Amino acid sequence: MASTEEIRSGLADIVNEVAGIPADDVQLDKSFTDDLDVDSLSMVEVVVAAEEQFGVKIPDDEVKNLKTVGDAVAYIENAQSA
Amino acid sequence: MTAAIATAQGVGHTRIHGIGAFRPSRIVTNDEICEHIDSSDEWIRTRSGIIERRFAEPHETVQMMSVEASRKALQRADVDPGQIDCVIVATVSHLLQTPAVATLVAEELGCTPAPAFDISAACAGFCHGVSLASDMIRSGNGKYVLVIGVERLSDITDPTDRGTAFIFADGAGAVVIGPADVEGIGPVVWGADGSKFDLIRQNETWIDVLDMEEPEMPTLRMDGNPVFRWASFEMAKVAREALDRAGMTVDDLDVFVPHQANMRIIDAMARALKLPEHVVIARDIAYQGNTSAASVPLAAAALLESGEAKSGDTALFIAFGAGLSYAAQVVTLP
Repeated sequence: MASTEEIRSGLADIVNEVAGIPADDVQLDKSFTDDLDVDSLSMVEVVVAAEEQFGVKIPDDEVKNLKTVGDAVAYIENAQSA
Repeated sequence: MTAAIATAQGVGHTRIHGIGAFRPSRIVTNDEICEHIDSSDEWIRTRSGIIERRFAEPHETVQMMSVEASRKALQRADVDPGQIDCVIVATVSHLLQTPAVATLVAEELGCTPAPAFDISAACAGFCHGVSLASDMIRSGNGKYVLVIGVERLSDITDPTDRGTAFIFADGAGAVVIGPADVEGIGPVVWGADGSKFDLIRQNETWIDVLDMEEPEMPTLRMDGNPVFRWASFEMAKVAREALDRAGMTVDDLDVFVPHQANMRIIDAMARALKLPEHVVIARDIAYQGNTSAASVPLAAAALLESGEAKSGDTALFIAFGAGLSYAAQVVTLP
């Protein structure tokens, strides 16, 4: 089971690889679209990579609820402990 | 005593003998598309990679575009129309439902009385047709088969729908498939998933349209993000399987010709497949848009015309779309 910081850091690396955004900018309070300029298609790529890395399922219907990095980290934490 | 039924005598190998393309005359810019939707040239380029696309003029009908592309394919294959044993047209935008437009195409080309029929597998239709044609020749039920992918999607696209108006376009591509000394068309990997029927579809049935107070032409609708996910990642697995079944790896490929759905899907698939640098990737979508069944032959023809690909190159075709349906095969370019 990964800690919150481990998940955030792993997610930051994924966002960096998919969208070219500096990993240090990917903090819990940041909005994917408004702050990080991750568009909806890049978000799909981030989600697929996160599913693989963290061993969770993030259905299409859930993706639109993941507004901030914190939302995504919390979703992955919950999914891992489920 | 009942006589035994004879078995048709087929051939061992098939290949594409010639390819032809028809691109409609009218170029439509992103700025023109944005006259009807709240978007911008930059947004469209970023989300789709499309710089411009072509819409057919009134005289550039599904039949006319099919015939033009086919004549080029026949000429390059050095096959006469009279030698064609079957004409298969893959399309979803010939708006006379019956009879099949393939019969008119065959008649105009001079292929009559060859069997002629349409297939409906949306964007995957052309690769379905290549497989059907190849198997027909292998089984001995024909020697040369003409396969055409053609669309006039501008007729069934809602210019005010922000999700699709900038994507779809028109065109035709054709190939002549026939016998070969060595294998030129690998095993097909294909399938369909009707549980995702609603993700890309005609919005209304004709019956429902007629029940409306003010009947409107049905148009295409697409749920972009789930389609992007399926196309980019599930289809990369199908592409790998087609390579496996052909006994190849990505290192053996010269050219990758995926359905030109969206540049972002092409990029994501290429990353997922880990294509080596030497593989030429078709990016015809930038100037043709998404022409559904026509996109794979149009993109392959464009690479051959520009010299980026050459005759004898090994190419991976993969097409996918409404259904959701898909088909992929490794081929030798003509």
